[in-house]
Amino acid sequence: MGMKLTEGAWVEPATTIDTKTGAWRSFRPVWSPEKCIKCYLCIDLCPEGAISALPLDEDGKKTGIQVDYDYCKGCGICDAECPTQSYEMVPEEK
Amino acid sequence: MTQPGSLKEGFIEPGKRLFAPGHRGCAGCGELLAARLVLEAAGPNTIITNNTGCLEVTTTPFPTSSWGVPWVHSLFENAAAVASGIEAALIATGKREGINIIAQGGDGSTFDIGIGLISGMLERGHDILYICYDNEAYMNTGIQRSGATPTYASTTTSPSGKISWGNTRPKKPMPEIMAAHGIPYSGTASVSYPRELLRKVKKVLEIEGPKYLHIHVPCPTGWYCDTAESIKVGKLAVETALFPIYDIEDGVVTNVKRLKEIKPVTEYLKTQRRFAHMFKKEGGDEIISAIQAIADKNVERLGLKR
Amino acid sequence: MIENTVVEGSYAVAEAVKLCRPKVISAYPITPQTHIVEDLSQMVADGEIDCEYVVVESEFAAASVVMGASTAGVRTYTATTAQGLFLMYEVLYNIAGSRLPVNMTCANRAPSAPISIWNDQQDSVAVRDAGWIQIYCEDSQEIHDFQPIAHKVGENPRIRLPVMTMMDGFILTHTYEPIKRMEQEEVDEFLPPYDPVVKLDTARPLTFGAFAMPDTYHEIRYMLSRAMMNSKGVLEDAFKEFGEVFGREYHPYFEEYRTEDADIILMTMGSLAGTIKDAVDRLRDDGEKVGLLKLRTARPWPTAELRKALDHASVVAVIEKDISLGHEGTISSDLKTAFHRHDGPLIHSFVAGLGGRDIRVADIKWAYEKAKSLREPVDGSIWVGVNHDIIPEVV
Repeated sequence: MGMKLTEGAWVEPATTIDTKTGAWRSFRPVWSPEKCIKCYLCIDLCPEGAISALPLDEDGKKTGIQVDYDYCKGCGICDAECPTQSYEMVPEEK
Repeated sequence: MTQPGSLKEGFIEPGKRLFAPGHRGCAGCGELLAARLVLEAAGPNTIITNNTGCLEVTTTPFPTSSWGVPWVHSLFENAAAVASGIEAALIATGKREGINIIAQGGDGSTFDIGIGLISGMLERGHDILYICYDNEAYMNTGIQRSGATPTYASTTTSPSGKISWGNTRPKKPMPEIMAAHGIPYSGTASVSYPRELLRKVKKVLEIEGPKYLHIHVPCPTGWYCDTAESIKVGKLAVETALFPIYDIEDGVVTNVKRLKEIKPVTEYLKTQRRFAHMFKKEGGDEIISAIQAIADKNVERLGLKR
Repeated sequence: MIENTVVEGSYAVAEAVKLCRPKVISAYPITPQTHIVEDLSQMVADGEIDCEYVVVESEFAAASVVMGASTAGVRTYTATTAQGLFLMYEVLYNIAGSRLPVNMTCANRAPSAPISIWNDQQDSVAVRDAGWIQIYCEDSQEIHDFQPIAHKVGENPRIRLPVMTMMDGFILTHTYEPIKRMEQEEVDEFLPPYDPVVKLDTARPLTFGAFAMPDTYHEIRYMLSRAMMNSKGVLEDAFKEFGEVFGREYHPYFEEYRTEDADIILMTMGSLAGTIKDAVDRLRDDGEKVGLLKLRTARPWPTAELRKALDHASVVAVIEKDISLGHEGTISSDLKTAFHRHDGPLIHSFVAGLGGRDIRVADIKWAYEKAKSLREPVDGSIWVGVNHDIIPEVV
């Protein structure tokens, strides 16, 4: 463990990124671009903040999203709330 | 202006978010989602004090933290007073300008054990936003009843049983109690409407003085619903008029989220096992009617029907 | 230094606190602490201190406000008493565990029930394990002088601990005594501005108060304990430097009175020392070899120093205004640890003066005679001055 304690036990910010909660997942949300209208609702609604927008294209248009499977716990909110059914929940193979 | 970690600025590295992933919240947690949205609305020039509870425990497992802003947890009940001290310190050192101070906690720490300290903060007139993340029971300790638990919900300390319909007492009218302090803003929001929530947090932070924001946050673990359903369940609470969304600005009800159609409460109740007993046991119809009456009263009181 | 002005004990504290330039003060009124915070709020109202005074709805809130302000990196002060201290209990542990150098005065008062507003020392003794440095004062001069010392020690970056200074309620808080008042330039020379190692700061957004699992909690508490033990050296330096700046010398741990050749040493803390000095003088006139050790610093506990100071006595009679119910006076218990496996004095525990009961020279003499006559250890405490006539038989 590389951790060193501090007097008063304060902690450096935004350090839970070292905890890969993706290991909790039993279903994986798989996004496909075909039906996606780039409303980004899934980005707003992800409790993990694991969904991000992909970079804009050369014309400045939205291109889609990306799920960070390091953190996605597979809750399925993105799939349940997507207005165009652009997600599919696929069982993880353990 | 986009803040690091804010929405719609394109791909964001996880480490660049104000609220980092890797927290230990349950899958589908409404509270953690709301907390992230609040922080993204508030931006980096924010100091947060946090009561003990799910939000605190899951975001700060030592030696890590999800928080990208200065954040302090002291005890279960005192975030409002700790925030008061922080504000006093910033004023005393001439550093108050441009800093949002948010004190936050769950419904147990807000409705029950911490209410006196919140009242003190409001009365003193601190320029602080207090946020209650209301998931309607003590979820961190295992789903015990709080003053925010809705009527007839079953919890581990107000269980339904052979002779019980669960929690018999009504939910404490917290936004009204807070507004009665004569503060400029007290209001409600639901995490199921994330963009409304973002707008509301930004708007409320512009108001000077003590403010109270009450956010309804579904808890799949304690409400016994599917993790993917938590946003839908939260919407149903609003659509059935059981959790109305409105503001109270300087004592006057404003910005009521009006509904074209008010759904019957059964549509909400049947989504969660904490209400399952009323669909199984004889006499459940009367219980459901009583809950419908609560919703009807909300419709009338706030003019919810469009 | 301002020579001999007669001031109320509470004012002696308030003025010293003012000279320490705190940035946030928060307190809740409770007898007999009230005059301290009234004086301070008047000083703020008159613009004499550049400080925020936060009026709160309870002691729990007062402690929480200074907790927040201290985390934000400023010098803080609060004061309380008995029930107020107990209401703060949860926050006291939190402040110490968070390593925040809050300065607090405890005007010692008996805890309820039965309710009493009068003095004993049960309140501060009951929180001795919370991780606060505890310094007991005999008179207004001490409580005045020890405020800058409290800040200097607590704020030392190696220590970072809260400090509680104790003064006997009413006996000191409400009594007018002549004191030598500190001047601002002297205090500024002795006590530099508070510069915390870390604080709540948007430029470096740290997290404070994280949730510790069993793999780290033990170590974090070890570090707290280590800081408390290490505070001894810092206390010694601070008292020494205080003497250099202000010309008033204090032993960091205790004060001895006619103990050099004493066979029996009486030990106490706080204002009772004055009465015991009188009793010692009279007993000495009668040819008794008796002295007094007045304990000043109770946490950190000065084990080795006490052993050295008391080793030559055959009996030590601890006369204290507190008791660990079911056992004995806490100071006598602590003192016994100093002589564990050492051939030291016999230690007797006397409990006296609870709830404001006056302790007279005659009571001290009675305790002395009793201590002299008891040549074997006694279980529990010996109670001084109990009126058995009004106590019913055990049923």
